[in-house]
Amino acid sequence: MLGPLDYALWCLGVLAEIAVVVCVIRTKSFLRYYSLVFYILCDAIVTSGLFYCVHYYGYSSTQYAYFYYYSDSLLTLLLFWAVIQFYLQTFEEMGASKYIGWAAAIMIVATAIFSYAVVHQNRGNLTGRFVVELGQNLYFVGVVLTYLLWGAILKLRETRMRLIQLVLALGIYFSADAMAYALRNLFPSLEPMVLRWIPPIMGVWLPMAWAYTMAKVPEDSRLAPARLMVKAQ
Amino acid sequence: MIAAIICVMSLAVFTQFFVWYCRSILAPSRNVSLSDRVREVTGIVSQDVAPDDFNRLLQLVRLCPERGDDRSEIRAVGLYYRILAILKGVSIMAGPRVAEWADHERRDCSYFAAVALDRRISYSRDLFTQQISDRI
Repeated sequence: MLGPLDYALWCLGVLAEIAVVVCVIRTKSFLRYYSLVFYILCDAIVTSGLFYCVHYYGYSSTQYAYFYYYSDSLLTLLLFWAVIQFYLQTFEEMGASKYIGWAAAIMIVATAIFSYAVVHQNRGNLTGRFVVELGQNLYFVGVVLTYLLWGAILKLRETRMRLIQLVLALGIYFSADAMAYALRNLFPSLEPMVLRWIPPIMGVWLPMAWAYTMAKVPEDSRLAPARLMVKAQ
Repeated sequence: MIAAIICVMSLAVFTQFFVWYCRSILAPSRNVSLSDRVREVTGIVSQDVAPDDFNRLLQLVRLCPERGDDRSEIRAVGLYYRILAILKGVSIMAGPRVAEWADHERRDCSYFAAVALDRRISYSRDLFTQQISDRI
């Protein structure tokens, strides 16, 4: 059974998603962040689908569980596309976009084939432990990709503050979700009390942080990322 | 086993990204020098602001008319400061280096609050000047 907090998080998430799209269009950055906007729009559609499933089939129904876990996996794959766009922006001055494009395409196809193979092998047990493991692995791939991207940003001394904040927000999102799924695998009893809240909170966090960056940080704003790494004296 | 490794690694990455994200919000304020006006109001004499000054500065910020464009930043930094304060509280167990690090971060938060106060004071003065000139 969903409570008022669930609905509040849903509404906040959708509002934040609308804010991202509005901010991207208002700052005339659509061409630069089209994959991000596409992900946000798909996320909004999925959220509406989840609402429909809860309304017609109920929170504990198989339809809702299938829709939730599979749409989540697909959205994660779609988010990798946004990560790739950040890679392209980071390496754009090196003219390495062709290689990154190929590497990214291979990586996404490999992840999709691997996920399909795992789903196909476990098709008799799709709503149990398996979906949690799949989610955990997909989010962890996201963590690794974002961490490597952050390493590249530091190495190449990328100073675009907007890109830096978008990547950091993404890193928080992927790592929190990977951690939540891994903990669910380790301690299933924690799920109803604590862990079930992490994915919806992160679902609000990511569009909110992106909307904040798009609205408050101008495209030409600069920040040396090395300054963020300074340790206390 | 794999889940445990993923959990530990994700926690480590999450902590790092969270701290860097908060620092990316705080960093621009570090480039701003505090005006004499705000130093006079707050009693800050040196370039650095004390880590414990954050709440006092935030109270002063709330007394000023809102600019409307800094609310979300102040809220985010306030949350970061509260987390750091908890960390500082439990740092007795974690060792003095953690306490030192938390103080360094809290000092940055306080400096951010001082810069926010400075902006709001300037804004109030502008508003006041505008009202006076409208009456004339």
